[in-house]
Amino acid sequence: MSNQTSRRVIPIQVEPPSSLSATERSAVLDSCARLKKLPGALLPILHSVQEALTYIPKDAIPLIARELNLSIAEVHGVVTFYHYFLQERPGRHVVHLCRAEACQALGSVALEAHAKATLGIDFHGTTRDGAITLEPVYCLGNCALGPSMMVDQRLHGRITPERFDALMTQSREST
Amino acid sequence: MKIYVPRDAAALGVGADQTAEGLVAEARRRGIAVELIRNGSRGLLWLEPLVEVDVGGTRMAYGPVQSEDVAGLFDADFTSGKPHALSHGVTAEIPYLKRQERLTFARVGITDPRSLEDYKEHGGYRGLAAALAQKPADIIAGVTASGLRGRGGAAFPAGIKWKTVLGTPGTQKYIVCNADEGDSGTFSDRMLMEGDPFVLIEGMTIAGLATGATQGYIYLRWEYPQAKAALEAAITAAAAAGYLGRNIQDSGKAFELEVRMGAGAYICGEETSLLESLEGKRGQVRFKPPLPAIEGLWGKPTVIGNVITFASVPIIMDRGGEFYQHFGMGRSRGTLPMQLAGNIKQGGLVEIAFGMTLRELLYDFGGGSFSGRPIRAVQVGGPLGAYHPESQFDTPLDYEAFAAIKGMLGHGGIVAFDDSVDMAAQARYAMEFCAIESCGKCTPCRIGSTRGVEVIDRLIAGENAAKQEAILRDLCETLTYGSLCALGGLTPYPVISALNHFPQDFVKPVRASSAAG
Repeated sequence: MSNQTSRRVIPIQVEPPSSLSATERSAVLDSCARLKKLPGALLPILHSVQEALTYIPKDAIPLIARELNLSIAEVHGVVTFYHYFLQERPGRHVVHLCRAEACQALGSVALEAHAKATLGIDFHGTTRDGAITLEPVYCLGNCALGPSMMVDQRLHGRITPERFDALMTQSREST
Repeated sequence: MKIYVPRDAAALGVGADQTAEGLVAEARRRGIAVELIRNGSRGLLWLEPLVEVDVGGTRMAYGPVQSEDVAGLFDADFTSGKPHALSHGVTAEIPYLKRQERLTFARVGITDPRSLEDYKEHGGYRGLAAALAQKPADIIAGVTASGLRGRGGAAFPAGIKWKTVLGTPGTQKYIVCNADEGDSGTFSDRMLMEGDPFVLIEGMTIAGLATGATQGYIYLRWEYPQAKAALEAAITAAAAAGYLGRNIQDSGKAFELEVRMGAGAYICGEETSLLESLEGKRGQVRFKPPLPAIEGLWGKPTVIGNVITFASVPIIMDRGGEFYQHFGMGRSRGTLPMQLAGNIKQGGLVEIAFGMTLRELLYDFGGGSFSGRPIRAVQVGGPLGAYHPESQFDTPLDYEAFAAIKGMLGHGGIVAFDDSVDMAAQARYAMEFCAIESCGKCTPCRIGSTRGVEVIDRLIAGENAAKQEAILRDLCETLTYGSLCALGGLTPYPVISALNHFPQDFVKPVRASSAAG
């Protein structure tokens, strides 16, 4: 903390070229301004950026690095380390399907195959209509009522292929 | 008229919000005044959404109640506790609950987790009051006397950890709660944080008083948004009432608490990775020594412990170390909240003293498999725990007894599989999981896990099987002895146990299962 503020950095490039829109840029800067005083601010900032923009745009990384006085490599390293941070813009809804053992014991391997087949995508993919992104997750803490999945931030248990389809239809109909 | 509908995530996942809305709307339609309380879950998860009605001070249980069952319940006059097809009688008398010894989970499902008043009425903050009257060394002596060992999995004696932090000089010390409950088959941390967040706050505050730490962090996984909301509401309420802040209950002692979110990395449940992550870095494992108790968060002395460990401290302070120590067997003292999960008929939370056998838990509590087929294998202790065949079901739930059969109790998760399981696929998944979640620091874990998947693929394809098996066993030995932390070090547990106990699954034309995912 204290050694971070005393570190001297000679800026090579004041403002890197960026494809961020003005709103995206201000969302990133707002997150930084609000949270950068926190000790260990990088993860809270990345959460805040993803909450605002649904993902961490590549060009947000140099901006965050500059604001936190970190190298681009350091920020990039953190973004890519954590599965939750998305590097591509997801669909309107993000579905996290549990792949862990307790769900496997209740048929999640077959459910996963059903999900991929009906959505026509693999994990980390987005449906062609831009409605749904499918992500794997390793345990949602709902292990007595599996198979489990999360649609956006909402948990659903006892998922059958039929319930999966119904939830996808429901998601597509909502904004 | 008080009606309880849990706000626990597992209950919400099967429609508790819709049930609650339905109950309120139907009561209004019938002109019945209802006070709706969103409690935590009782832990009888197969009955969720479990609706409880307060009838003259006794709570009656109905479940699972879907929104379409609501009108029928009112028709049957359930508000007077009358019978209905979904009725289970008096909640506290349900055998699954009655047979438990709930110490840490004493209030979960009973109180309103958003109400500090309710918490105090049910014995909350008595532990803190006792701790405030003691010297730090005496608080720690009480924790040591209780025999409490870390409930995250490693089972290190909590008192010794605290004593090290107390004895290490430092201008700033930290209390860090590891709420990155990533083990499949476990949900006790989640249930506790959602159902009784104040007890965790109280336990961490006591740890602060005992060690001289003034700042606490709860590192919570992103997958638990309900727990985040519950914790943040409780922290706000506790701070407003002087239970957190610069001057706790006018003692002159300070303790602040903050929730920090993880971002989907299993490795961050390892304590040193977690500290790196809290510092805003990649969650890479650190070398030990130095121990976190000496050089932890930002290089400062840090107590890092699991949710259940901290949450067990208030009752130890309140009732005394002797009281807690009285439960359990051998060197495993007190209670462990076990979690029955996977293919199990009656899944849920069972807090009992150490010593009950796996079989009792699976059949007396769990009622056998969910599918109705025989239980063939049980994984105990999360994705790094061993798979146990039926011949080991009489092992008592005790840290040392499980270590003796090359397994581990870990965080108390029990995942049951029926006889349709393909154990070669499970072994392959264990290696695959290690490859996905490895932090990359140690070569055996980073590369060995990928090679492990390939070797298992060749083994089950029958390509020179004897040689592949020898390579797999050798590779597992390299992982065990060449990894800094438990991810690489324990991935061999599920792999080797599957190979040793279920060798027939590895020799075959693979059944048309989906091992390849």
